Amino acid sequence: MNKYLPYMIIMSVVTYLIRMLPIVLFQKEIKSNFVKSFLYYVPYAVLGAMTFPAIFSASQSLYASIAGCIAAFYFAYKEKDLLFVAAAACITVYIVRLLGF
Amino acid sequence: MNRYKEGLKDGIAIGLGYLSVSFTFGMMAVAGGMPIWAAVVISLTNLTSAGQFAGLELILIQSSYIEMAFTQLIINLRYALMSLSLSQKIEKNMSGIQRGIIAYGITDEIFALASSKQGKVGTSYMLGLMTLPILCWTGGTLLGGIANELLPVMIRDALGIAIYGMFLAIILPPARKQHSVKAVLVIAIAMSCILSFTTISSGFSVIICTLAAAGLGAVCFPIKEVSHE
Repeated sequence: MNKYLPYMIIMSVVTYLIRMLPIVLFQKEIKSNFVKSFLYYVPYAVLGAMTFPAIFSASQSLYASIAGCIAAFYFAYKEKDLLFVAAAACITVYIVRLLGF
Repeated sequence: MNRYKEGLKDGIAIGLGYLSVSFTFGMMAVAGGMPIWAAVVISLTNLTSAGQFAGLELILIQSSYIEMAFTQLIINLRYALMSLSLSQKIEKNMSGIQRGIIAYGITDEIFALASSKQGKVGTSYMLGLMTLPILCWTGGTLLGGIANELLPVMIRDALGIAIYGMFLAIILPPARKQHSVKAVLVIAIAMSCILSFTTISSGFSVIICTLAAAGLGAVCFPIKEVSHE
């Protein structure tokens, strides 16, 4: 239990404070265009850094992971929706592993 | 009460969308060795996707507490801006406690919907809007955790890539349309790959890459003034 609880408390408290403090404390809008721009790019930078290179070790098989990555990349680029892209990646990994890689 | 119902209705689509993502979270958490109750409590208390997936990884490798706090801070920093923006959107007479309660429900999608409403939004509407997404996010995690224990190893292995597929589906379409987003992504990804060869942990790597890439993006491609979404 102690393996999880301290982390869980830290996660939820930090996340809640981020959401709560501005709406409770601030009444005025952010003026700095730098801060606005920075916050605008944050989600992309975070998700990009989290995806690569981690996606290549998503499956126990490197080849399956690469194939899944290519499939996800292709369908995401084609602007298919989230679920479709995720499912296509999973099915690709599964098939490549079934083929014995 | 009518405003609550209106919010409830607006939250249906968000809730349905949350089911699949939280299902994946529940499955991944249990696959990584976390008990179901912990995964469900994390979903109920955090109500966020990227932060939870990153947090899950940190818990599974038993990282330092500082690293966990910083990672959550950086990944969820965008909520501060949404929270700030919502402070202009909510009814002026909303009390501090009411503000504190609706703050818990600020997610990308709930923020987007609340911002798109005409005029000011009140406590009842916000509570209605939050209800189904919270239930679906938490319930989906529980179902995912249960499902994991019933699935064969090969399928569980294949599902490991689901979250990255979703991330790609989120970041690629805007990157296609905006060169600035593409540049930020390329910088973040290149740095992340380089840092993976060092001893820097993946949690701190994400923080470093984000600060550098988003910072460079803000300097080189400042966004044009947009008025409230």
